[in-house]
Amino acid sequence: MRLSDEDLKKARKRLLQMHFESGVGHIGGNLSALDAMMILQHEYLRSDGNQFILSKGQAAGALYVSLWSRGLLSEDDLKRFHMEETKLPAHPPAIGIPGVLFATGSLGHGLSLAAGTALAKRFNSDAGHVYCLTSDGEWQEGSTWEALIFLCHHQLAGLTILVDHNSLQGFGSTDAVASMNPLADKIRGFGIQIHSIDGHDLGAIRAALDAPSSGPKLVILNTIKGHGVSYMENRMEWHYLPLSEKQYKQALMEVAES
Amino acid sequence: MRKQFCDAMVARSAANRLVFMTGDLGFMALEPLQEVLGEYFINAGVAEQNMMSVAAAMARQGIETWAYSIAPFCYARPFEQIRNDIAFHGLPVKLVGNGGGYGYGVQGPTHHAIEDYGVLLTLPDMSVYVPVFDQDLAAVVPLVGESSGPAYLRLGRGEPPSGYTVPDYAPWRHLVSGRGGTVIAIGPLAGTYIEVLQNLPDAVRPNLWALAELPLGKHPMPEALMAQIESGAELCVAEEHVARGGFGAELALHLVEKGISVGSFTHLCARKHIYDAYGSQNFLRRQSKISAENILAWASES
Repeated sequence: MRLSDEDLKKARKRLLQMHFESGVGHIGGNLSALDAMMILQHEYLRSDGNQFILSKGQAAGALYVSLWSRGLLSEDDLKRFHMEETKLPAHPPAIGIPGVLFATGSLGHGLSLAAGTALAKRFNSDAGHVYCLTSDGEWQEGSTWEALIFLCHHQLAGLTILVDHNSLQGFGSTDAVASMNPLADKIRGFGIQIHSIDGHDLGAIRAALDAPSSGPKLVILNTIKGHGVSYMENRMEWHYLPLSEKQYKQALMEVAES
Repeated sequence: MRKQFCDAMVARSAANRLVFMTGDLGFMALEPLQEVLGEYFINAGVAEQNMMSVAAAMARQGIETWAYSIAPFCYARPFEQIRNDIAFHGLPVKLVGNGGGYGYGVQGPTHHAIEDYGVLLTLPDMSVYVPVFDQDLAAVVPLVGESSGPAYLRLGRGEPPSGYTVPDYAPWRHLVSGRGGTVIAIGPLAGTYIEVLQNLPDAVRPNLWALAELPLGKHPMPEALMAQIESGAELCVAEEHVARGGFGAELALHLVEKGISVGSFTHLCARKHIYDAYGSQNFLRRQSKISAENILAWASES
């Protein structure tokens, strides 16, 4: 089912509501990743055997909302996000959520998990493609490069890596902290097919995901932290801050008018 | 035990579909397995973190997956991957660490694994296998292979006395009988004690029990062993592992919880990571006072 702008707008509002009601931060990196996760859930993960691993577990909110948007999580589930007795903690847990294969949240695990899943599919002759979304700061983890070496060496054509390249990490910009920019140049030597696109352009995301490839593929999503909310965009503090009521209302208004 | 491990794996692979991963180790030992497994033998390179997560994912997809390295590299570097990706999901990945304890003796402290099973046993549903004799591998490999949760196989070097008839594998084995105290030794260390204890007079000769599987709750102590402990016999636990997280601590807690008092309790264990001088495994066992000479001294004094 093709994702519409209205679906996306509704998801963005629901994500804001969820984070506001639970008083939880990390909203900036959720908004940067939401578009990609929504299009994956609605258009690419409905096929039998296709699987998704969220390596940047701090974007669990966007993952939960995209699953809710597909009807895989309920409104009640979202209402309990990050609260007592919730099944939706701030980072994806090990069990209990449809479509969530692994608990993530410690960065640098997801790409290896995705590689292992894709390799197992090859060995089992199972249908399906594996998608893995990483953050950009996560490429400072050595294990991410271990995974890249491995998946390129084994030419895992059933794997697509997406990088939420919003250029801001926990305590500074990726440029200021430990720059690997331009990331594509650092990775190109591995011989993997690379696309660098506007991560909020649904058409560009589709084109990159649909591009034929005989090996693994990497899509750098050039995104905006806090995308769609003017006072959050490209501001590091929205890695952490919860929303006040005034900020929440303004954010909803901006999304509605977008 | 590497050869026996490899033989057992080759035998297992004949009847079971499995993937074997190694962190670029196993030269002059695992080649027969590599040959029979073909593409299912994966040298994952010098990248243990990736290897463990890949192993977790393959197990998640229903493939029996083994991940091999030397013992210190098997659990310490990729501990978070073992914890988050394997253990948190209860995945039956089979971790294999060669040369546990001081097995890599003179290679130096980075190559020793004297806190391996203690660390791993902190994880949910982890099973640990420490074979005593080389011959155990034929029985232990299928047990590890069939384990429903994560498992760690610590390989060492079986050292029974010359001409010794190795008893059939069991988690608990009564290797030496006598009227002295009680010794429980973990893994190959038990084999190194047999000869010196057998040579003692019956009146002072301790009972030597070998334990090859942990944690304790997985295989309750045999009744005969419990009877010896409850009789107030002096008790010694010996293991090539540090005190914290070791079997000695687990047993002491178990006995206290059960209200069982012992005549005396001695824990022979790996004392140090860092030494002023290094040498063979037996040299380091002597340094830690867990060698055959040390168990003999304990038996003579008790």
